[in-house]
Formats: sequence, C-alpha cells, structure tokens
Amino acid sequence: MKKKGPLYALFLSLILLLPGCSSIAVLNPKGPSARTLSDTILLSILVMLGVLAVVYILYIFVLVKYRAKKSNEGYIPEHEEGNKVLEAIWIIIPIIIVAFLSVVTVKTTNEVENVAADYQDQTPLVIYASSSNWKWHFSYPEEGIETVNYVNMPVHRAVEFRMYSFGTITSLWIPQLAGQKYAMSDMLTTLHLSADTEGSYIGKNANFSGKGFAHMEFEALVLSNKGYEDWVKEVKETAPKLTEEEFKGLLATDYLGRKTYSSTHLEFSPPPGDHGEHMSGGGKEMDMDNGNQEHQDNKEIHPSPEPSSGTEFDSKPDPEVDQPLPSSPVDESTHEGH
Amino acid sequence: MDLDKFKVHGEPLIYGAMISIALATIGILVGLTYFKKWGYLWREWLTTVDHKKIGIMYILAALLMLFRGGVDAMMMRLQTAAPEMKFLDAQHYNEVFTTHGLIMILFMAMPFIIGLMNVIIPLQIGARDVAFPRLNAVSFWLFFMGAMLLNISFVIGGSPDAGWSAYFPLASLEFSPTVGNNYYSLALQISGIGTLITGVNFIVTILKMRAPGMTLMKMPMFTWSVLITNVIIVFAFPVLTIALAMMMFDRLFGSQFFTMANGGMDMLWANLFWVWGHPEVYIVILPAFGIYSEIIATFSKKNLYGYTSMVFSMLIISLLSFLVWAHHFYTMGQGAMVNSFFSITTMAIAVPTGVKIFNWLFTLRKGRITFTTPMLYTLAFIPIFTIGGVTGVMLAMASADYQYHNTMFLVAHFHYVLIPGAVFAVIAGFHYWFPKVFGFRLNERLGKHAFWWIIISFNVTFFPMFFLGLMGMTRRLYTYSKESGFGPLNMLSFVGAVGLAIGFVILVYNIYWSTRYMPRDTTNDPWDGRTLEWATHSPIPLYNFAIVPKVETRDALWSAKQENIPLYTDTKYTKIHMPSNTGKPFILGVVFFFLGFFLVFSMWIPAIVAGIGILVVLAFMSFDKDQGYYIPVEEVIATEKKLMRGETV
Repeated sequence: MKKKGPLYALFLSLILLLPGCSSIAVLNPKGPSARTLSDTILLSILVMLGVLAVVYILYIFVLVKYRAKKSNEGYIPEHEEGNKVLEAIWIIIPIIIVAFLSVVTVKTTNEVENVAADYQDQTPLVIYASSSNWKWHFSYPEEGIETVNYVNMPVHRAVEFRMYSFGTITSLWIPQLAGQKYAMSDMLTTLHLSADTEGSYIGKNANFSGKGFAHMEFEALVLSNKGYEDWVKEVKETAPKLTEEEFKGLLATDYLGRKTYSSTHLEFSPPPGDHGEHMSGGGKEMDMDNGNQEHQDNKEIHPSPEPSSGTEFDSKPDPEVDQPLPSSPVDESTHEGH
Repeated sequence: MDLDKFKVHGEPLIYGAMISIALATIGILVGLTYFKKWGYLWREWLTTVDHKKIGIMYILAALLMLFRGGVDAMMMRLQTAAPEMKFLDAQHYNEVFTTHGLIMILFMAMPFIIGLMNVIIPLQIGARDVAFPRLNAVSFWLFFMGAMLLNISFVIGGSPDAGWSAYFPLASLEFSPTVGNNYYSLALQISGIGTLITGVNFIVTILKMRAPGMTLMKMPMFTWSVLITNVIIVFAFPVLTIALAMMMFDRLFGSQFFTMANGGMDMLWANLFWVWGHPEVYIVILPAFGIYSEIIATFSKKNLYGYTSMVFSMLIISLLSFLVWAHHFYTMGQGAMVNSFFSITTMAIAVPTGVKIFNWLFTLRKGRITFTTPMLYTLAFIPIFTIGGVTGVMLAMASADYQYHNTMFLVAHFHYVLIPGAVFAVIAGFHYWFPKVFGFRLNERLGKHAFWWIIISFNVTFFPMFFLGLMGMTRRLYTYSKESGFGPLNMLSFVGAVGLAIGFVILVYNIYWSTRYMPRDTTNDPWDGRTLEWATHSPIPLYNFAIVPKVETRDALWSAKQENIPLYTDTKYTKIHMPSNTGKPFILGVVFFFLGFFLVFSMWIPAIVAGIGILVVLAFMSFDKDQGYYIPVEEVIATEKKLMRGETV
C-alpha cells in the first residue's frame, strides 16, 4: 500500500493550494446565523477527522503488518469468531459521537430557525422573496417598495425573509449570511438572518429550476442604517409604482436585470398561506389549507410558457432594465424543439 | 399526432449519436445474418432461463450503460471545466445530468449487482437455479427494455431534463412540456416492475432453496446482503410504482397530484420519491458490503470477524433506510422538530456502518493478505468510503445541511459513497467471480493498471467538489462566471474525469485481452475460496451441482478443504430437473417497450393494442403447461467426466 503515497500528497497539496479560507464562502460568515452554521461545520469536521484518523491508523497498521510476504508463507490464520468486548466498543463509541452531534444539531437547528440571540429585542425587517421563472422579486411591505434581482438590507438588523414561488421550487441562499431554504408555490417558508458587516454578498437560487437556473444569482447588499434609509427614501421618490399590469409583465418575462419599484406586488397578489409557522413550533393551530386562495388564483395569470415556445430561453432580456444582466448567458438559440 | 415531437434538433452531438446508433444497429443485424447467429442468439440467450446467462446479460447491459453514463459524465465535466464554456447549452446539459443520474443508479449500479447476484447466489447456496426461472427472465427483459426506452429518448423526442429526482412542478407538463419526463415515468416504471419481480424471486430462492444444513446464520455474507436487499426492494419499489403512475397521470391525462394549483402538492412528489429513493441507495450498497465481505475473507485467508454483528448491522441499516427520507429536503421549511428527528435517524446509520468497517479491519488483522485486483478494490473501498461516510454524517446535521444542500459538497459526498460503495464493489466482484463463470482469470497486471488509474483519478475528480460546494457552487450548474472562482477546481476535476475514463478503458481492454490470451483455469477454485460457488466446476455446468452439497459450517468449502468435512455425502448421480427455455419473457419485454413508447408520445390506439398484447402474452404464460425436462443420469455422468478432465462442455 506504499503506492498510496502520491494520493495523500495530492490531498495535502490540494488543501494547501486552496487560496485561503476567504474564498470559501460558507466558512467566511458575515452574520450570526451563518456563523452558527460555520462553527457547526468546523466542529463536525474536527470530530470526523478524529474518526478518520482512527480508521486510517488501524487500516495502515493492519495492511503493513499482515500482508503476505516470504516470512509468513504457508501461514494459515486461525479461525476467529469475533470478540464481544471489542464489538461493543465500536458500537458504543460511535453512539456517543452521534449523540453528541445530535445535541449540537438540535441546538443549532433551533438557533438558525429563530432570530439570532443578539437581535431578539428587535422587530425583524420583513422581506418577501418570491421567485418566478429565473428571477427574484423582493418586496418590503414596511417600506412599500419592491426590487427585482437584488436585495438591500441594513446592517445589525434582524431580517426575516418570507419565501414563496410563482413556479418551480427554488431555494434562496446567501451563503455568507445564512443557510438556504426552499421557496414553493403552495406555502410560505421563513428564513431569519442578520448581517454584522456591511458589504456586497452573493445570493443565489440553489435548487435546480430549469433552463435559466445558472443565471439566478442576485446581489445582497448590506448597508449602514443611514445608507439604507437614504436608499429607501430615494426609491420612494424616484422609482415608478408597480402596477398589476407591470407585475404580470415581469412574471411573463423569463429573465430580467435589476428593477426597482415604489410599491409592492403583495397588495394585489398576496402570498400563499403561512404553512411554516405551525411546523416550526410557533404554537399556532394547524392550518392545513392549501395556501392563500388568492395566490392560487394568481396562477391562472401565471405566465407559464406556452408549450410551443416551451421553457425556451428565447425572449430577449427586457431592454428597459436599469442595469445589464449579471452574466452573459451562453447562446441558447441553437436548441429548438424542446 | 404531432410528428414534430419526435425530432431532436440542432446539436451536432445528437446527430452524431443518431448516426452511430443507426450504424451500430445495422452492423449488428448484418453481422448476425452473415455469421448465421440468429438461431444461436435466440436459443442460447433471448429465450434462456438459466440464471447464469441472465446474470451475464445483466452485467453486459450494465457495462454498456456504464459507458453511456460515463460519456454523460465526461460531457458535464468538460462543460464545467472552465468558466463560460460553450460546449453544451443549458437544455442539453440538463438532459445530460438527468440521464447520467438515472442511468448510473438504475441502469448501471443496480443491474450490475442484480447480475452478480443472479450468477452467484444460487451457486453460493448450493441451488440449481432460482425459485422462478421464467420470472427471472421476465425481470431481465423488463429491465432491459426500460433501459432501452430511456436511451432512445436522447435521439427521439428528447431526454428527461428535470434532474434524476424529477421534482415537481418543474417536471410537470407546464414547466417541462417535451416528452422527456414521459420517458422518465415509463422507462422507470417498466424496469422497476422487473426489479420488484427480482426482489420476490430472490427472497424465495434464498429462503427456500438453500443446500441442506445451511441455516440462515450459516449463509455466506453476500447471500445475507442480497436477502436483505431484496426485502428492501419489495418494500420500497411499490412506492416508486405508485409515484411514477401518479406522475404519468399528471403528465399524460391531466390529473393534478403534483401541480401548483387545484390542491396539487409539489412536495408530495419529493416525499414519495425519497421514500423509495433513500432505500434505493442501500439497495445498491448493501450487496456491495456482501461482496467485500467475501473478498476480504478470501484474500486474508480468514473467516469474517463478527459475523453475527455484521448481519445485524445490515438489518438495522435496512430498517433505518426507511426512516431518513426527509433528510433530502431539510430546507423545505418543515421546522426544527422534524429536521431534528430525521437528523438523528440519519446519523444513527453511521453506527452499524462503523461496525462493519471495524469488523472488516479485524478480519484483516492476523490474516495473510494478498493483493489481488479484487482485493485492491476492496481495500481501496475502506478509506475512500469512510470519507463518504463521515461527510454523510456532516450532511446529516440538519443545520449544517442548510449550507451544503444542493451544492457540489453533496455531489462529492454521494460520489464518495456510491463509487467505492457500489462501483468498486461490482468491479471487484466482477474480477473475483469472473474465473468461476468463464473458466479463466482476468489479467492481474492490466487489472492493477486500471485500478490505480481509477482510484487516483476518482479522488482527483471528486475531492475538489467538497471545496467547490463550500465555496458556494450549486449542483446542476451548467455555466458560471470567472469571478465566482470556481474555475481552477473544476478544471482539476475534469482532469480527474479523463483519468477515470482511461481507467475504465483499460478495464474493458483487460476483458478483451484476457479472453484471448489468459490460460484456462483447471482448478475450479483459483483464489482458494471459502464458499460453495467455488465447489463446482468452472465454467459452471447447466445444472450447477451434479450432487447437492451438504453444509455444516459457515465457510463450507473452506471447512471441506481444511478440516476434511465432506461436502458431498451422496455419491450417486441422479437425473436432474431443469426448466425449459421460453421466448415469452422476451416477447413480453418487447411489447412493454412498445407500450411505453406509444404512451410517451400519447399515441393512444397503438398503446391500447400494445396493452392488450401484454394481456395476451401474460395469458399464454399462465396457461403454459411446460413443466421443464430432466437431464438423464448418463448425460450428467458424461458431463461431469468431461468437466473433471478440464474440458469445456
């Protein structure tokens, strides 16, 4: 097994070659929720390295010592049934490890499902995030504004995302701020996060949703409180209102750049009923209806593409968008008939 | 009917595939006619009910699918090797990763394992065939026709493109209007029925047809793993059958089980899919554990350490495999309570799996380990699979999974589990049992060359993906920007994929080379084996054992060799009952293929005709009065004499 040398040299060089931890988004958190997850991950990596070490040391020892060689030729090993004590040891120790990790998991899962400890005295800033085709709509009911494909939020503020979808299942993920959660058409999911540091973070859809999936990235910009207030004020003064007609147009478009509006679509197109709360132990009574009927009704105007054009990526990006597309999509026009 | 539906446009790659499929088909047809092999093909293969031949056909089909799925993998790695690559477009890429997943799990790993168990299980338990030989042929032909149905989708009408898990509403008619997901529901349905039948067949075979003296706790470990696997099949596959039927109703007949409106529930699909899908991964991994147990015992010259705890750990894994499905969607918003439950059940699987790892290590301890090719794959499995296992525990932690879910970290994890856990196992089993089936070994030198290529390249391909995932790269991403920083590690991964491809080419070249040049094995027991399959001749006579062996210990053949406990107490040959060949299973498979094809394209009248055709074939099969035949004593004696002289029959 000496030939395994190159393999481990490779592993090592790979780890050393990695350009530091800063490019590893998940391990470079900028908020309490992501930090909890990052700590959990690092802890689990340490525990698991311990497990690997035990297995690898035993493995190398056994293979070196008991390999067939000249000196043990003709040796026929004895029959060995097993050993109750040894077997009990490698049942009990893993159980202890799993129990420890279970405690960590339950604790941290509860933590990230709720408002972070330092922010519990605040009323969270609610932002509705909904996906349609390959874009994200962010509605700020308190401020009465709406953005498409970017989201701004103040630093040191509890933020509560409420997610749903006008189509396929998507998953809202801003790795440096919080873990992801699904956005679905028939229920509302909640994601709590807050940012400690101002800056621009990458957000994306993590759940495969069809042709434009690769382009569903958005910017999550964390501003100072002052900066955020200024931005809201500016939007209210300069951005156009989001009319129902305009919104239907947005839904019907496959793909968009950034857009900004001084009203939200929640007024005429309410989100589905909240399903998440009774499940996450909010103490509310069971509500097994299938979402807000009005949201369901909305699906009739939902811009599902005609089968002929299909999920074709053929519509040109809206020429009136404020800013260019986040990345140039590879030319899709060659592939017809799907 | 809309003929446009059949066309797949535009891609030179697809035209290339069309032409090569057409040429290969013509080549095969002409070749069969020229060499007058039609009769041979029909008599010896298409109508066979011999478990060994059915097993070989399963393995051949699986090898074929390994290369089909491998080409898909290469295309994906090439497309993502550098930022903004323009090798595949989004649609084509989506079809490629969907079929890669489907083919590798359902049409490569599972049939390869079913093939090995077809060949070996009756031999290992000292039986002359499986319990229901004709049903076994039905299983094979349904699997094969299902696989073919999925494969033609690439050139006729377009492949499924919503991922191998086909989440709704993406997989619904509304968002996937092409016929691709019709193929999904029908091809999986047809082959799934075949698998379910296999499950029943092997449970009965193992429970009812063991050699005298072989109690449950004296069964070889591979037999145990196969028994448990087939129990899982019988419990899990009906869920898939129902889910796929509901999917077909949604897509073909406008029902609303999984749609967005009218009370449809998209996550119901995810639940049903993973209630089947999670046990499914144990269906491919548990037999692998069995194969490794056999190989480790043989090549360390020791009996398996902790046999009883090995059996119980598999039983516990099989139970837990049904209690963990929601870990596939922790991020659905089901709340901390539900997630914690599934988190704990998932992590609990690590305990019995750890028991197996330590038992294997202690089997090696105090042994005399020889590094043959099958043993190398087995030994490589331990450290690599352990990485897959510990990352599995990391993924099982619900909170942390919010960061791993749907990323390349997950992709790396399941390749680290499935490739050593299933692919290395079938390759190891293939090298190990090859001399039993064909009467000669595969070349060791070439085998080791392939091994090192595969092992090193595997790690180069998949290890970087752990980091890509933590960097925020999601799976199923067909392109990414330069700024994302995903480029270099993806390139490394592509280089590894090329190495893997080279390794698999060497492996197949080895089969060709060994067939031509390797000396025939006259011992029938080239590895100094421990279990009953090595107690009969190689290649194996039609009736497996001329005299049914008697078993007193776990490693029956080893005891016979070491302690002179006789295997055959009867000495008198008798006539042997065998089932007759029949073409009906093959015909049934073909009719199922056409039913599937017509349904995919909503061609109702031909579909109804094919449906009636199936009933007709089934009726003929039910009223079949063929009770098989006897091989006369003289023929048995003559065959045995010839085999003992080392001749082939």
